[in-house]
Amino acid sequence: MIRFDNVSKQYPGGFEALLGVNYHLPRGQMAYLTGHSGAGKSTLLKLIAMIERPSRGQIFLDGVNLNQVGKHKIPYIRRNIGIIFQNHHLLNDRSVYQNVAMPLIIAGYRHQEVSKRVRAALDQVDLLNKEKAMPVTLSGGEQQRVGIARAIVHKPPLLLADEPTGNLDPELSKEIMHLFERFNQVGVSVLIASHDLNLIDEMGYPVISLDDGQLIRNDLSSRAAS
Amino acid sequence: MAKTPERGVKLQKNAPLKAYFSHHLRVFISSLGELTRRPIASMMTVTVIAIALTLPSGLYLLLHNVQQVSADWDSSAQMSLFLKDNVSQQAVTQLARRLKLRNDIESTQIITPDEALQDFIRISGFGDALHSLDKNPLPAVIVIQPIIDRHNPLQASQLLDEMKNLAEVDIAQLDLEWVKRLYRMLEIANRAVWIISLLLGIAVLLTVGNTIRLDIQNRKEEIIVTKLIGATNAFIRRPFLYTGLWYGLSGSILALVMTNIGLLLLDTPVQKLSALYNSNFELIGLSFDNSVFLIIASCLLSLGGSWLAVGRQLSKIEPS
Repeated sequence: MIRFDNVSKQYPGGFEALLGVNYHLPRGQMAYLTGHSGAGKSTLLKLIAMIERPSRGQIFLDGVNLNQVGKHKIPYIRRNIGIIFQNHHLLNDRSVYQNVAMPLIIAGYRHQEVSKRVRAALDQVDLLNKEKAMPVTLSGGEQQRVGIARAIVHKPPLLLADEPTGNLDPELSKEIMHLFERFNQVGVSVLIASHDLNLIDEMGYPVISLDDGQLIRNDLSSRAAS
Repeated sequence: MAKTPERGVKLQKNAPLKAYFSHHLRVFISSLGELTRRPIASMMTVTVIAIALTLPSGLYLLLHNVQQVSADWDSSAQMSLFLKDNVSQQAVTQLARRLKLRNDIESTQIITPDEALQDFIRISGFGDALHSLDKNPLPAVIVIQPIIDRHNPLQASQLLDEMKNLAEVDIAQLDLEWVKRLYRMLEIANRAVWIISLLLGIAVLLTVGNTIRLDIQNRKEEIIVTKLIGATNAFIRRPFLYTGLWYGLSGSILALVMTNIGLLLLDTPVQKLSALYNSNFELIGLSFDNSVFLIIASCLLSLGGSWLAVGRQLSKIEPS
């Protein structure tokens, strides 16, 4: 699903965020991305979501070479990725329902289809009773679950999560991780950036680890057919 | 894990046409809702647009009305025949009668030297000086009301030449010059109105552009999030363009209301004035065509303004 071929990223000003990174996340695989802050986790995720472009090397998303994707095609690439942010990035002037519906509206789904899928997504994160609520009235864990519902509502083949449990207590964190596990079980590829090593150990999925922009641990194979 | 081909990466998915239009309709309506959510700010922008549109429409109407009033004047242009000193009173009367029979002359009026002198004394105030003259220096005058075809102004000058050649006539004068001057002035005023309209049109464009620019900045966060979940630039642009359209539409409608209120306020004094001139002149308002033109122009200008703002701002806002 994701393949990095000797990928480096140098930011303007000379900072090397990633240095010659190779890994391959097979389709339907769930994995963790760890490393201390500043090690390049966010950069790696940004490269997949095409928020940044690599300085060197190639990135393949389900066989599509992202280097060859033009600026105008970026939105269509992103529609295949459900992104979950640490601070959930919900729109506070819209209800939970409207927030979750956004990816579907962007992709131009029909009205009936939208409401069916939004309810299904909210049901999966156990928030069906909150669809009319405004995000600010929800707890941190609930807001994160709304963010997850929004990420999965259009059934993307890949989920990216950037510190999804960063602001949550251990109980809630575990709950969120099990939620990801459930999506993975129906075939979604999942890559979760986290520094919660205890939880990661407990979950028992492959880990790739970054330090100073270099891969220091790779439970995934570095070269495989994508 | 089992391969699930339906979960593969798709580069593009075309939305059904019906959903596309219903999305447009929804954005169109919701952008209006967005405006009503902050009524004071929206109202201020709309009022600025309306004032910028009311000014040129008011000037246009003023000009149009003046042209309407003056349109009657060239047909009422008079010709004055100053007769020679030696023409007798009887000959004057005969000439006047003869001229009146012509089909290009509607009426004639004789001003005898005595009447002319009386008028002159009354108007000029040189009474004493004139009384000291032993002889009335003024000639007899026949004032002719020609029937002038407005589309054939040459006819009037032909008549004038004929009159000049009459034996009894010393000087023949067509009092049309001032009408021509008025028309030249109106032409200048007309051009001035267009220049002002152009400038105020640009003001509408910039006002809407700036409002949309601020709007975009206020919703920067939202734009970034929607970009991250795969919104195209066209999708993000749409609500702002519709907002601009609403500004233009409501601004022009308010301008129409303001213009018509202005007309109503002026109507009574104008009626009174025209009654004093024994005229049944009626103030002309904006026609249906004028109003439609104003609305369309306003919508296009506002759309243009928001297009400029959106084009400049959206490319700057990218997730990072």
